[in-house]
Amino acid sequence: MDYSKVLSSTVKSIKPSGIRKFFDLLGDRKDVISLTVGEPDFQTPYHIREVGIESLERGRTYYTSNDGILELRQEICNYRNRRFGLTYNPKKEVIITVGGSEAIDLGVRALVEPGDEVIIPIPAFVCYGPIVELAHGVPVYIETKPEDEFKLTPEALKAAITPKTKLLILPFPNNPTGAVLTRDELKAIADVLRGTDIMVLADEIYGELTYGFKNTPFAAIDGMWERTITVSGFSKSYAMTGWRLGYLCAPQELVSQMHKIHQYAIMCAPTTSQLAAIEAVRNGDADIAMMRDEYDRRRKYILDGLRRIGIDCFEARGAFYVFPHIGGFGLTSEEFCQRLLDEKGVAIVPGTAFGDCGEGYARISYAYSVDHITEALEKMGEFVEELKK
Amino acid sequence: MSEENKFEFLQLLENDARLTADQLAVMLDKEVGDIKRQMKLYEQNGVILGYKTLIDWDKTDREYVTALIELKVAPQRDRGFDRVAEKIFNYPEVKSLYLMSGSFDLAVFIEGRTMKEVAYFVAQKLATIDSIVSTATHFVLRKYKDKGVVYGPAETDERGQL
Ligand SMILES: Cc1ncc(COP(=O)(O)O)c(C=O)c1O
Repeated sequence: MDYSKVLSSTVKSIKPSGIRKFFDLLGDRKDVISLTVGEPDFQTPYHIREVGIESLERGRTYYTSNDGILELRQEICNYRNRRFGLTYNPKKEVIITVGGSEAIDLGVRALVEPGDEVIIPIPAFVCYGPIVELAHGVPVYIETKPEDEFKLTPEALKAAITPKTKLLILPFPNNPTGAVLTRDELKAIADVLRGTDIMVLADEIYGELTYGFKNTPFAAIDGMWERTITVSGFSKSYAMTGWRLGYLCAPQELVSQMHKIHQYAIMCAPTTSQLAAIEAVRNGDADIAMMRDEYDRRRKYILDGLRRIGIDCFEARGAFYVFPHIGGFGLTSEEFCQRLLDEKGVAIVPGTAFGDCGEGYARISYAYSVDHITEALEKMGEFVEELKK
Repeated sequence: MSEENKFEFLQLLENDARLTADQLAVMLDKEVGDIKRQMKLYEQNGVILGYKTLIDWDKTDREYVTALIELKVAPQRDRGFDRVAEKIFNYPEVKSLYLMSGSFDLAVFIEGRTMKEVAYFVAQKLATIDSIVSTATHFVLRKYKDKGVVYGPAETDERGQL
């Protein structure tokens, strides 16, 4: 059979994820000191796991309502209210999803029509462009700049807007750069959007992981609530990646439409995960604080370590990544990472995996123990010394 | 250092005694000199008593047994339990010693090569101390967790590999 004739041309035209390409290079080499992983090294706090385990023991193994267990939606609304002063109606303005990933998909599919432009600041998490293309939208990439610490600037946004612009993806705190936008910077973005019909998908999955300041959700900026779909979830802040649980909050006119996609494509997010998540949002604030403090110490440590070995890095203040400049050694990012792997057994992800503008940079995750980071830094130091010769 | 900083500093060291002054300084936003001074101070005034390694001897060929011995003690006039405690903790076989509330007074953790050795120690050394009224010896069958660390197979990083 000639499969190329039967497959959708849209799907065929989508490129596989650049991160996966690098992970495939790693293969199953066991001797590698990896700083590549995009998930917490903590296990889910036990009191949360325990609720999941008990729910299974009690046989709570049925579907939930499409939008998710109401008690969980209520707890999420309570949390967003106590933490950020935001108000959402748990019955109409929240959907519990299969990871933040599904929430991104729902937001894009509910808004984008063929030919609509979606502005995506890059470097960014790899899924936005392909999801937009699957909806026959047109991704319009804005390359954020090292001199702006990889922040989206209002000027760059203004320049990218056309009459066809439907949606802005706002992926801060950012994977892979660790860049953040402060309240004032978000206000400046809001000023550009005010008076337009441009919608915003704020991917705030790392919203609890900012260092030295509290992150402001975009929906909390004056006038932005009505145009914002907020994506968040449990993967990063509660160390619950494998539970596959996220959520979105948005005005009910949007939620009622996204609800249909979710209903037909997914039915409902995993029940065990939802029950455990109720415990997480209700009693997990201290866990988040504990992990955040630990990430912050490692962040300072790795930034300092990189500088010591002569690798330049802006001070990332969010997520658990740093995005150092590795372009000064006469190698492309891919060459640098490949040789670092071959010669020193240390794995980091080339910045180009997150868009061409990542050339000259690499993503380093600090979701690792201090010992592990120390070992990797030592080897990287040797590598850089040898390159300089 | 602020009080909060000091607790964080001590907690970090309690979890990982190998953290160097350099590393601690970076993580806590302090000068290396300040960290070193504070460490010295804690060592001098006995807040920091030592830096040890957790070893799971069960994974080695070394023969050993651990026992918890509950002691009931008649307290002495003026000195309470201190005199007896001192007599007991000076034996190198005694790994830990606690004064307890409840149905007995002193909890002694002893390590020996064999059960016989431990039994001999209890009978000959502990039971013969004047103010000790009774002893109850419990041998440890398996150590699951100690000092906040789970004793079991070494953890592997399964991320991205499940
Ligand atoms: C920026 C960003 N958004 C969303 C996700 C998706 O996370 P999940 O589907 O586990 O909630 C990730 C995961 O790496 C991410 O980095």
